[in-house]
Amino acid sequence: MSWLVPLPVILPLTGAGLALVFIRHPRIQRTISVVVLTLVLTVAVSLLWLADQGPLVVDVGGWAAPVGISLVADRLSALMLSVSAAVTLCVLIYSLAQGLADGDEEAPVAIYHPSYLVLVAGVANTFLSGDLFNLYVGFEILLLASFVLLTLGGTVARIRSGTIYVVVAVVSSMIFLVAIALVYSAAGTLNLAQLAERLPEIDGGTRLILQLLLLIAFAIKAAVFPMSAWLPDSYPTAPAPVTAVFAGLLTKVGIYAIMRTQTLLFAEGRVDGLLMGAALATMLIGILGAVAQTDIKRLLSFTLVSHIGYMVFGVALSSRTGLAAAIFYVVHHITVQTSLFLVVGLMERRGGSTSLTRLGGLAKVAPLLGVLFFIPAMSLSGIPPFSGFLGKVGLLQAGIADGSGPALALVVGGVVTSLLTLYVIVKAWNQAFWQEVPEDLPQTRLPGGMVGPTAALVAVGLALTLFAGPLFGYAERAADDMRAQTPYIDAVFSRGERGEGESPEALTETPP
Amino acid sequence: MLDSPNLVLLVVIATLFAGGVYLLLERSLSRVLIGIILISNGANLFMLVVSGPPGGAPIVGLTPEDQMSDPLPQAMVLTAIVITLGMAAFVLAMAYRSWQLNRHDEVQDDLEDRRLARIAASNQVVDSDLEQETRLATLDQEAAEARDEMAELTGSTTEDGKDRQ
Repeated sequence: MSWLVPLPVILPLTGAGLALVFIRHPRIQRTISVVVLTLVLTVAVSLLWLADQGPLVVDVGGWAAPVGISLVADRLSALMLSVSAAVTLCVLIYSLAQGLADGDEEAPVAIYHPSYLVLVAGVANTFLSGDLFNLYVGFEILLLASFVLLTLGGTVARIRSGTIYVVVAVVSSMIFLVAIALVYSAAGTLNLAQLAERLPEIDGGTRLILQLLLLIAFAIKAAVFPMSAWLPDSYPTAPAPVTAVFAGLLTKVGIYAIMRTQTLLFAEGRVDGLLMGAALATMLIGILGAVAQTDIKRLLSFTLVSHIGYMVFGVALSSRTGLAAAIFYVVHHITVQTSLFLVVGLMERRGGSTSLTRLGGLAKVAPLLGVLFFIPAMSLSGIPPFSGFLGKVGLLQAGIADGSGPALALVVGGVVTSLLTLYVIVKAWNQAFWQEVPEDLPQTRLPGGMVGPTAALVAVGLALTLFAGPLFGYAERAADDMRAQTPYIDAVFSRGERGEGESPEALTETPP
Repeated sequence: MLDSPNLVLLVVIATLFAGGVYLLLERSLSRVLIGIILISNGANLFMLVVSGPPGGAPIVGLTPEDQMSDPLPQAMVLTAIVITLGMAAFVLAMAYRSWQLNRHDEVQDDLEDRRLARIAASNQVVDSDLEQETRLATLDQEAAEARDEMAELTGSTTEDGKDRQ
């Protein structure tokens, strides 16, 4: 069944090409995008089930593992892939309805569909890549697509914020490229499985430099403090569906890369203290930024930065519970943050603004909208019984089990951040949903095509709560695999030193 | 074969990186773009230099196997060059669009920075959201209008100039 593995990358790329061909036929474009993303979701869910029996590996082009590029779908990759596929499909349907309602003025223009599909392909490539350079290529694919989506329409505000986003992204890519060059010169390979075997033999100081360089490159993408300032300034100006999918996925791609490299390549955890400090600062400074905001899109962007801290916390603990809780938290956060941004898009439509001082009385005008906001918002701030609470409890338990000073400080910081998130959410709720109804409220009805996907995503968030047991079990098995390393390495090198495929002469050769 | 990397190439790489970083810190997007190109050239050259001793073309039958250079970094550098080309094209398009809209291509201030600077300048506590809101409303426009370098050149004082005094 390993032929399924490349499909999440191939399908959207093919779809993007087709969507470009039919650029003058919006109806065909829409059909292509929906069909492709539904197929990707189906493939991803099958991979989720298959990867539970053991990692699936494809040696691209039939070249055996360390020679060619390998694509690996283990539990972590498959889980991330499934959640991202579900989220991208919901956001796509939402944006289609928005385009139909607005006559393609605000968001979806003809280039939207190809760029969106390329973004999905890039994200999938990053999750599946078993090779450091292929990971870089995946990042670049999704970054270039995100540049186009962020500056869609080329208005003054989008060009202003897009400029900062693009320059920061390019700089982080350059750091990543330099890190790749150094890794190659130190270890003579870029295959993750082979690196896992070779890096421990390298001099400790060199290894630390490689680790830090990769960490900086990924931390910029994941918006970990102090590399987080670009995010709240660039995301809010994009169209609502674009902001939603960026907030849900792009930072998590960075977190995924940190998780993968920290567990597989640098398992001894020498920078765990540094990561804990960064996690604490990200949490607290992010949420304090959110407290000061009066625009709900900017407010949510700051909470996004803040909650990245929880995931870094889990990675830094590098214990079984810590990693499992971090994986669970990533899944929860992708779903919840995306649905919140979709709801904010609806609020903007109904209330005519995203400014909290101008919004008001939405609970009276649109009670359903209130429910749709309330559930993910409570989940985000960690109120039981929602998934955010379960993820945080897992992290706090792991922190206390760790017992060291920094870990306990993070436990306290996590609780404080959670309370401040609640404060911010309550403030937003109070100003937007209660208060007097403003007089100049636009007389519109929310299109069912936009409410439907939002409700579906909120339902997914609730399902995470209902099926938290099996999901946590899955995350724990994924964490076990990551800590053991051997399932991943053995799956890639299925024939001892090599993977499946062509490299007869190399078998006799000794590595350089 | 050489044991240590070529010193001249290392100096070239260092110069490319230094110049690139300097330009990256500039305000004008065109200069930032040149900075990006310099850094990426530096990074590509770096990859070639550190990835092993130089050798002949890695083609079987043309070069004896023990004198071949490593083909993999060459392939990776080629990929990186193509990617940077795409990025550069996009940044160029964005600089042009910025010029179309604003008549300049400067990277503009972060809104949050600007707001903090204003609050600090007025030296007063903001105690209501409404007050903050009215301040923020003008920021978007101001951020688009403010130009550090242009202001210096023409000698005119913009809103921005007053703020910083």
